[in-house]
Amino acid sequence: MKNKISLLFAALLLGLTSFASAQVAVQADTIYTMDGPKIVDGVVLINNGKIEAVGSASDVEIPSNYEMHETSVVTPGLIDAHTVVGLAGIYNQDSDQDQLETSNAIQPELRAFDAYNAREELVSFVLNKGVTTVHTGHGPGALASGQTMIAKTAYNSVENALVDSATTVAFTLGSAVGQYFDKPGTRSKGVAMLRQKFIEAQEYMEKRSAGDPTKRPPKNLQMEALADVLNGELTAMITAHRSQDIMTALRLKEEFGFDMILDGAAEAYMVLDEIKEAGVPVFIHPTMIRTYGDSKNASFTTASKLAEAGIPFAFQSGFENYVPKTRIILFEAAVATAYGLDRTEALRALTIQPAQLLGISNRVGSLAEGKDADLVLFDGDPFEYTTHVNGVIVDGKVVKGN
Amino acid sequence: MKKLLSLSLLVLLFPALLLGQSQPQAFTGAKIIPIDGAPISNGTLVVQDGQILAVGSADQVDIPPNAQTHDVSGKVIMPGFVDSHSHIGSGDGGDNSSAMHPGVRILDSIDPHSDTFKKALAGGITTVNVMPGSGHLMSGRTVYLKLRKADQIEEMLFVDDPTEQVAGGLKMANGTNPLGEGPFPGTRAKSAAMVRELFIEAQNYQQKIENADGDPEKMPNRDIGMETLVQVLEGDRIVHNHTHRHDDILTSIRLAEEFDYRLVLHHVSEAWKISDEIAEANVPASIIVLDSPGGKMEAVDIRYENGAELEKAGATVGYHTDASITDTRLFKRSAAFGVRAGMSRDAALNALTLANAKMMDLQNRVGTLEEGKDADFVVLSGDPLSVYTRVQQTWVEGQKRFDISNPEDREYATGGYNVYQRATQNHHHGRKK
Repeated sequence: MKNKISLLFAALLLGLTSFASAQVAVQADTIYTMDGPKIVDGVVLINNGKIEAVGSASDVEIPSNYEMHETSVVTPGLIDAHTVVGLAGIYNQDSDQDQLETSNAIQPELRAFDAYNAREELVSFVLNKGVTTVHTGHGPGALASGQTMIAKTAYNSVENALVDSATTVAFTLGSAVGQYFDKPGTRSKGVAMLRQKFIEAQEYMEKRSAGDPTKRPPKNLQMEALADVLNGELTAMITAHRSQDIMTALRLKEEFGFDMILDGAAEAYMVLDEIKEAGVPVFIHPTMIRTYGDSKNASFTTASKLAEAGIPFAFQSGFENYVPKTRIILFEAAVATAYGLDRTEALRALTIQPAQLLGISNRVGSLAEGKDADLVLFDGDPFEYTTHVNGVIVDGKVVKGN
Repeated sequence: MKKLLSLSLLVLLFPALLLGQSQPQAFTGAKIIPIDGAPISNGTLVVQDGQILAVGSADQVDIPPNAQTHDVSGKVIMPGFVDSHSHIGSGDGGDNSSAMHPGVRILDSIDPHSDTFKKALAGGITTVNVMPGSGHLMSGRTVYLKLRKADQIEEMLFVDDPTEQVAGGLKMANGTNPLGEGPFPGTRAKSAAMVRELFIEAQNYQQKIENADGDPEKMPNRDIGMETLVQVLEGDRIVHNHTHRHDDILTSIRLAEEFDYRLVLHHVSEAWKISDEIAEANVPASIIVLDSPGGKMEAVDIRYENGAELEKAGATVGYHTDASITDTRLFKRSAAFGVRAGMSRDAALNALTLANAKMMDLQNRVGTLEEGKDADFVVLSGDPLSVYTRVQQTWVEGQKRFDISNPEDREYATGGYNVYQRATQNHHHGRKK
């Protein structure tokens, strides 16, 4: 994960939170802190955008000058582990679809934050459903489609929204790649093209480290991006649904030694041992993904099987090319709970787990003193179809009232 | 030939006709939601020969002594769900040769063995309006199917003879989907003009038939497209009109009023903007729940509140899957989202059952649990509107068509390796060459 740019924007963020109501108290029947057991009849105190205290109402005194909010259930702000909102717009017209560049199948040099539209309507739509942080960027469809980023959904410019400017390089394996490019036309060709590029990047790194500056190669953005993957600066997020594509992803990881997140993984249930053995976490496909193409064998029970196998996973909204234009991770997790996933595991996979996998758990993903004050207020069981999100707080600012 | 076929079908469907009455089956201990009345907390449902023999509270219903009894205590029984707009069955409609194909029947293309039917049964769906796509002003005749076990499409119909009887509706569409290069219209106004011209032609055709007054010499040449439209003009065949934007919805209503045909609005993304006008026109709306707006220009303004707004205005509302746009296995989720957005429970459950049956003129057969109606019902693990509630069993005319305790059936509910052998994604809004 790269923090160069986020550091730059920290000052801006601080500036912004100063507009927010400085001191807020949230009282709830149940608080899922994701940092310990749930708290019954609890309180969260928020001061200057950060969590000041979390505890039971009998332990935490609410100062009289705090703005009060009461609700049934509170969770940390939800984190979408992989989406394209901000790049793939609501209108689905050429002019608002920036998630996939089709001029070449390998373009890891594309940066998400050069395309992210913080004012995109779908960004505020998911915010209103409790999604306060998104890992977004170039979508599946190219062998290497570009770099991803992490943003908070409550801000009107990418500069203010940014949590991490470059998080992963998004790769795709499987038959989907052939739909958008003349080359590759087959799975094997795609893998050969990727391996060749990684080998080029290894040689580039070697030359780049030459003691004699005149022997160093000219700076090449594509090579730099792949070098970042090879040296651990960026994680390889590889979208693969069919079991043979998942195994190919693991084989590439083994050959090139990069950090990897398996994305999509519709047939993960067929290779659970192999995924676990490789120590690879999973951004599981939306539970309600349509069963066609490479995801034709998707199952409502895969998330629960990952949980049983002890494989870390997080929910994602993925990419939709028609209607609905985006999915909501809360709803995807809800259906998984109806098909066997433990509800606490489901909440983890919406909050602290993606925060840890994305390297941002120092700021978000749980409710603990000193963390960003990102909260979702519900009027009942968060997973129940008929429950409403009746409040959202981001960096201490109430962005959706209750 | 025709007679022979229907007779053999009768034998297939109702073996009891040969063997006398079948053994009654009684379902006891469940909460029964009959739709046409208040929920019954400890209810008994008795079915026989594919029909409902009795339904009521345990102390009011006598279980026949020879009945096979199913103890479903703690469960909830509802009528089988009726989906008023779906694309299951791997069928198709008109081709690119014209923007209007009133003579085309989707029933001629449906695969009765399609696993999409099993998937729908796993979601509790027992009756479906299977429609050709929305890429045409008129893409063809729809077909109303009962999800019986079948080897041929005839075994799934609500009528004995689809050539002589009305077996479905007529699919129409407006807005952007039917637009294109010739022979397709380029604009909305041209779309309306083309539809109006064809209906005027149908009125003339109808007049010729009337003028002939039974004289074969004077009858116009048979034209299956015109015959379809005459059925529409005479109120025997209902128009199912795909329409999203508020102005397109009003255009659909305007044309139906001009030609006095029976109309059901479908999708109706912007219903919340003109719910009063829809109610005023007394036109039912078959609506969809999309988790997010967008994906196409016309669905940018879709809202979860459509159901509630239509209910408040006094319009009839049904939900549909538009499968595979939404998942048939999770059909009841749509009604729950209606309630989430302000709809009453009664209206939401009605929107999964009776409201849709009425949109297909099938309310005398399906949509409620009443004596004499088809024995189509679902056994649910709990409240139909809860995410945690699963469909346990789906019964069609007294036959168990889905049972979650059967491992193979359960796979159809969850998915998995090679469970769905065929591609189930129809790009039905597009057009095939």
